[in-house]
Amino acid sequence: MSLLELNDVSKRFGGLMAVGRMTFRLEKGEILGLIGPNGAGKTTIFNLINGYYAPTEGTITFRGERIDGLKPHVVCIKGLARTFQVVKPLARLTVLENVMASAFCRTDHREEARRIALEATAFTEMEQWRDRLAGGLPLGMRKRLEMARALATRPELLLLDENFAGLNPAEVEKTIEIVKKIHGSGVTILIIEHNMRVIMSISHRLVCISYGEKIAEGTPREVADNQQVIDAYLGVARA
Amino acid sequence: MNRKAIFAATGLALLAVFPLAVQNPYVLHLLIMTLLWVLLGQAWNLLGGFTGQISYGHAAFFGVGAYTTGILVKSGLSPAAAWSGLLLGGLMAALIASVIGWICFRLRGPYFSLSVLALAEVLRLVAVNWKQLTNGAEGILYIPAFRSKAHYYWIILAIAALAFVVIRAVMRSKLGFYFLSIREDQDAAESLGIDATKYKLYSLLISAFFTGAAGSFYMNYLGFIDPGIVFSIADISIMMILVTILGGAATLAGPIVGAVIYILVSEFFRVWFKSGHLIFFGILIIVIIIFFPAGIVGTIKERRAGRKLRRAGAARESAAA
Repeated sequence: MSLLELNDVSKRFGGLMAVGRMTFRLEKGEILGLIGPNGAGKTTIFNLINGYYAPTEGTITFRGERIDGLKPHVVCIKGLARTFQVVKPLARLTVLENVMASAFCRTDHREEARRIALEATAFTEMEQWRDRLAGGLPLGMRKRLEMARALATRPELLLLDENFAGLNPAEVEKTIEIVKKIHGSGVTILIIEHNMRVIMSISHRLVCISYGEKIAEGTPREVADNQQVIDAYLGVARA
Repeated sequence: MNRKAIFAATGLALLAVFPLAVQNPYVLHLLIMTLLWVLLGQAWNLLGGFTGQISYGHAAFFGVGAYTTGILVKSGLSPAAAWSGLLLGGLMAALIASVIGWICFRLRGPYFSLSVLALAEVLRLVAVNWKQLTNGAEGILYIPAFRSKAHYYWIILAIAALAFVVIRAVMRSKLGFYFLSIREDQDAAESLGIDATKYKLYSLLISAFFTGAAGSFYMNYLGFIDPGIVFSIADISIMMILVTILGGAATLAGPIVGAVIYILVSEFFRVWFKSGHLIFFGILIIVIIIFFPAGIVGTIKERRAGRKLRRAGAARESAAA
């Protein structure tokens, strides 16, 4: 049994097929990269897995259990956390309070939530930022706060949505290190990323989608050499 | 006990013995009305300030609380026994709230705000037209249980203090963190395991309970209500919002400051301008919103936090140098 399975998942918005018959599996302990041109439907897939949308057709199972159609908070409690590409900090709360709010997912006690939040902020190397209001953070730290918050819910599977976008080279290196650390602690990761150097170096496998459909799947090397993938990114030359 | 707790306990003790020193009924009346508005402000603030669910119709809950008590007396209960309406009025308000919350909180945006506004109007019309139950537009009149204002003062002081303590405890618990998360970003909150529909409803229930208890106190204290008074959009629903915003929404002290200023300003100008006095409160609100958008307490807090941050920054720089 795979940790996460998408079987023939489709999502239609009126006449637009945003995701069509998407099928892939994610094994426990894997880092799977999801790539594709802008508008291909990557974030929609995250929204389907996380419960923000219900699929029009198809099933999604997590640990052998159907999760399609469940509400996001239920999916989170089952052990599946996500970050947002367009960061959503709780602006008028401090960094620590942000992370505590999500730590309450696993405890009812304030002190325990605080302990988990201290741990998660230390893990993501945000110690110096704990008392700052989240709304005043620079972008790099907001992206990292997304990860700290998701971690504080103690996920088994973490969905990372473009956590590298807009970071400077030093921050990119630091974030790679943190993602590897998260993976090392036993969390399975599904990651959307445009930065090819990053995604090629950290993913075990890649799934490439275009116009809502899977066009390639395999090791990073295989996918990068796939002619359909190259065409999707660069366009097809017409003689 | 920390300094804040000692300060609060001393303040409460001083407030409690105040009627022993001052028996002037006018002064006591002003204090009672101030405490009533502290209570109303706290109740609105929990839902509107901390949870971010703006209600334009809290008069619905105030009126239900008031009418619960009024109807109890009308149907034969002695005015003294009508104090049980404090609890019952609160519970009735929470019951009505649970229905509207259960329906509206599945949706986002202005649906709740507007539905509760409509609810207050519907209840006002019910109170006007269901004459056997409510005496219609004539209202309900009875002789209150106590002659001395001190009794009323102690009762409202106790309820307002209770509301403050409860809301403070709530805001420090998981519940409070969840309320704030929902206010800041409902999508983020839900993806972090928070059942937004449920927790918005919890916030509304606590808020409606205290508003209903306030309405019941109002009936017990003044001995007269009619639908136009207790279901008033301007005098109750909107005033609850203004008192909170004036003092500082989403702060515990804000509604206290807002209530004190509201009663002082309206009494001060009432002497010369009769019912025109509200204009001055309105002008004050406009000035506050333009220059101190976070309210009085909110602005003070922001400035303090800003100073602390700058000091910390300066300390880091000098350490680095």
